[in-house]
Amino acid sequence: MNILVYLIPISLILGGVGLAFFIFTLRSDQYDDPEGNARRILSDEYDDKPKQ
Amino acid sequence: MTATIRPGISACPACSAAPAAEALAAGAAVQKDVRVALSLPTIHCSACIMAVEKALSEYPGVKSARVNLTLKRATVEAEPEVMPQDLVRLLDGIGYEAHELDPGTLSATQTDKAGRELLMRLAVAGFASMNVMLLSVSVWSGAADATRDMFHWISAAITLPTIAFSGQPFFRSAWAALAAKRLNMDVPIVLAILLAVFTSLWETTLSGEHAYFDAALTLTFFLLAGRYLDHRTRAIARSAAEELAALEVPRAIVMVEGEERQVPIAEVSVGDLVLVRPGGRMPVDGEIVEGQSEIDRSLLTGETLPVFGGPGREVSAGEVNLTGPLLIRATAVGEDSSLHRMADLVAIAESGRSRYTSLADKAAKLYAPGVHILSALSFVGWYLYTWDLRTALNIAAAVLIITCPCALGLAVPAVTTAASGRLFRKGMLIKHETALERLAEVDTVVFDKTGTLTAGTPELINLDQVSSRDVSIALALAQGSSHPLSVSLTNAARAAGFEAAEVSEIAEVPGYGTKGVWQGQEVRLGRARWLGAEALSRTAAWLKVGDAPATAFEFTDRLRDGAEEAVAGLLAAGKDVYLMSGDTTLAVEEMARRLNIPHWLAEALPADKAARVQAMTDEGKRVLMVGDGLNDTAALAAAHVSISPASALDAARVASDIVLLGGDLSPIAEALGTAQSATRRIRENFRIAALYNVIAVPLAVAGLATPLIAALAMSTSSITVSLNALRLR
Repeated sequence: MNILVYLIPISLILGGVGLAFFIFTLRSDQYDDPEGNARRILSDEYDDKPKQ
Repeated sequence: MTATIRPGISACPACSAAPAAEALAAGAAVQKDVRVALSLPTIHCSACIMAVEKALSEYPGVKSARVNLTLKRATVEAEPEVMPQDLVRLLDGIGYEAHELDPGTLSATQTDKAGRELLMRLAVAGFASMNVMLLSVSVWSGAADATRDMFHWISAAITLPTIAFSGQPFFRSAWAALAAKRLNMDVPIVLAILLAVFTSLWETTLSGEHAYFDAALTLTFFLLAGRYLDHRTRAIARSAAEELAALEVPRAIVMVEGEERQVPIAEVSVGDLVLVRPGGRMPVDGEIVEGQSEIDRSLLTGETLPVFGGPGREVSAGEVNLTGPLLIRATAVGEDSSLHRMADLVAIAESGRSRYTSLADKAAKLYAPGVHILSALSFVGWYLYTWDLRTALNIAAAVLIITCPCALGLAVPAVTTAASGRLFRKGMLIKHETALERLAEVDTVVFDKTGTLTAGTPELINLDQVSSRDVSIALALAQGSSHPLSVSLTNAARAAGFEAAEVSEIAEVPGYGTKGVWQGQEVRLGRARWLGAEALSRTAAWLKVGDAPATAFEFTDRLRDGAEEAVAGLLAAGKDVYLMSGDTTLAVEEMARRLNIPHWLAEALPADKAARVQAMTDEGKRVLMVGDGLNDTAALAAAHVSISPASALDAARVASDIVLLGGDLSPIAEALGTAQSATRRIRENFRIAALYNVIAVPLAVAGLATPLIAALAMSTSSITVSLNALRLR
C-alpha cells in the first residue's frame, strides 16, 4: 500500500500539468481559428517568432 | 480621416458648431493606429491565407495583418492614412473578394470572453472529476478502513475548490432566480451539488462508507458541457449576424463647400447636402435638390416599378438610387428618419413573442418543484422512521443527485447544437434560441413578393414579340447603361444571339432613359412618359424609333433560386401558403399563379400585413413570415416565427428569427422538417431522462442507491441523450 504515497501525487501532478497547459492554450487565443491553424502548418513560409 | 475642419452649410449656427466639435474630437482619436476588419467570403486554403497576409502586410502603412479562416475575416492594424477601400481594391486585384466590415458593429465578438470562461470551468471540472473518479473506483472495488478514509479526504480536497470555481455559473443563475422568487432548473442543481458535498464531507469525518464527491463533480462537468454547447451555438449565430450587419458600413457622402467628404451616417445633421451615387441607398430622409434619377422603393413598399425622382421630391432612408447621381438635403436623420420610426412598431410586436415558453422552461417548471418535494418527503419519511438525521439526510441527498437533471441539462442544447449546425451548413442562420421550437409548430407560411420570392432583378419576357430590328437598336442603346432594365435587356438579347445595331451619339438622360441616332433617325429607349406612350401595369422599357409609336419591352421579376421548390415543398407538407405584397394586383396575381400559391393579397400597406398576420394568429394559426423589406418588418415581428434573406434591410433582419445566408430559398421547406425532428428529439430526450428517473428514484427513496449506481445511471443517461441528439446530423 505504500506505493500509493507515490502514485496518487504523481497522477494528480500529471493531470494538473495537462490542465495547466490547457489553460495556457486557452489564454493565448489558440482556439480562435482552428481551421486556419490546421491549414497554416502546410505553409512553406517560416517565421522567427509567433505573430501577435 | 485627416479632414480639415470647415463649418458645414447649416440653417443654424449651433448646428454647424456641433459637427465641427465632433470632427475635432475624431481628429484627436485617429492619431492612433486603426484596426480594419475585412470579410473574405472566398478564402478557403493555406495558399489563400499566405497570399492575403503577404499582400496586406506589404501595403504601405499596414503594420500587421492576420487572417482568420474560421471566420473568413482579416484583421489589419494600420496607420490612419490607410483607407479600407484601398485594401479591398488591393485584394480584389489579386483575386480575392473582400468587403469592409464596420469595426463598431463587430467589436462585440472580437473576443468571446464568456465562452472562454465557460471552457476554463469545464476543463477544471473535467480534470477534477477524472481524478476523483479514479479514487472512487478504488473505493468501490473494495478499499476499506484507513485507505478508504484517505481516498475520501483526497477527493474532498479536490472537490471543494473545484465546485467553488466551476459551479459559479449555476450558483449565480440559481441565486438570481431565487432573488426574483422564481424556480429554475439551476435551483435543484445547486441544491443537489451543495447537499452532496455537505453530506459527503459529514460522512467522511465519520469514516462513513458512501461519499458522493464524484457525483457532484461529474454532474457539474456534464451540465457545464451542455451550457458550453448552448453558448457556442448562440455565439456562432451572433457573430454571423453581426457580420451581416457590419457589411453595411454606415457612411454617407456629404458635400461641404463643393467638396465631397465621407462621414459616418450618425454625424449627418438636418440641412446637410448628401450625395447619393447610382446604386447607393439613401442614408437619411430628405428632399432632392439636384439631379434626376429613378428610385427603387421596393424595400420600403414592395412596389417593383421604380419611380421618377427629380428636384423637390421627398425621399426616405432605405430607398435605392438607380440611374443618376442625386444631391439631397437631409430633412430627418437618425432616430427621426422613417427607417427608425418603423423600429417602434417592431418593438411593440416583439413583446408578444417573449411570452413563448420554451420546452426547457416547461420541463423546469414541472421538474424543479417535483424534485424538491420528493427529496423533502424522503427526508421527513426516513427521519420519522429511523429518528436518525444522518441516514435521512444521506437519502435525501441521494434522491436529489439521482433525479438531478444531468440528462435534462443536456437534452435541449445537444439537440439545438446539432440542428443549428445542420441548418447553418445549408445556409440558414438561427438567431433566436427558441426559433427552432417555434418553427416546428408552423402551419401557415406567408411570403412577401418583391425581394423575397423574387430576386429583385427584372427578366425580359416578350423578346419574341418584338421585331429583330427593334431588339438590335434597343441592345445598342441598353448595353452602355447600368440601369437594371437595360442590363437585363442586354443579357437577354445577347443570349438570343442578337447583334447591336449601329447607333451613334448615344447619351443617357438620367431619370428618363437613353437616346441616340440610328440611320438619321432619333431613337430613344426609356420610360413611357418620356416617349409619350401609355404606361403598362407591369414593368416595361419603351423603344421609340423616329416618329413611329413606341414598342414595349415587358419585364417580370426573376424568381429567386429555390422559390419554386420552397413553395412546392411547403404545399406538399400540407402548409397553408399566402402571398402578401405591396405591389399591384396584376403583378401579385401573376406571381401567385406562377408559383401555385392559393391565397394572395395585393397592394398591402405595412400595417395591413401585420394586421393580417395578427388576425391569423388570433385564429390559432402559427404563422411563419418570410420577408425582406421595411414594409414587412412589423409583420415579421408579429408572426410566430420569421425568416429574412441576407439581402434584406437591416431592420428586417433584426426583426426576424432566422436569416437565409445564401440567395437560395429552397432550405425553408427542409428547415421546417429539421425543426420538427429536432423538437421530436428534444421530447425523446426528456422521455429518456424521465424513464431513467422512474427506474432510479425508487431505489434512491428506498435507500438502496449507492454512489456507484448514481455514477452509472448519470453517465449512461447523459451519453444516451447526446447520442440521440447526434442522430439529427
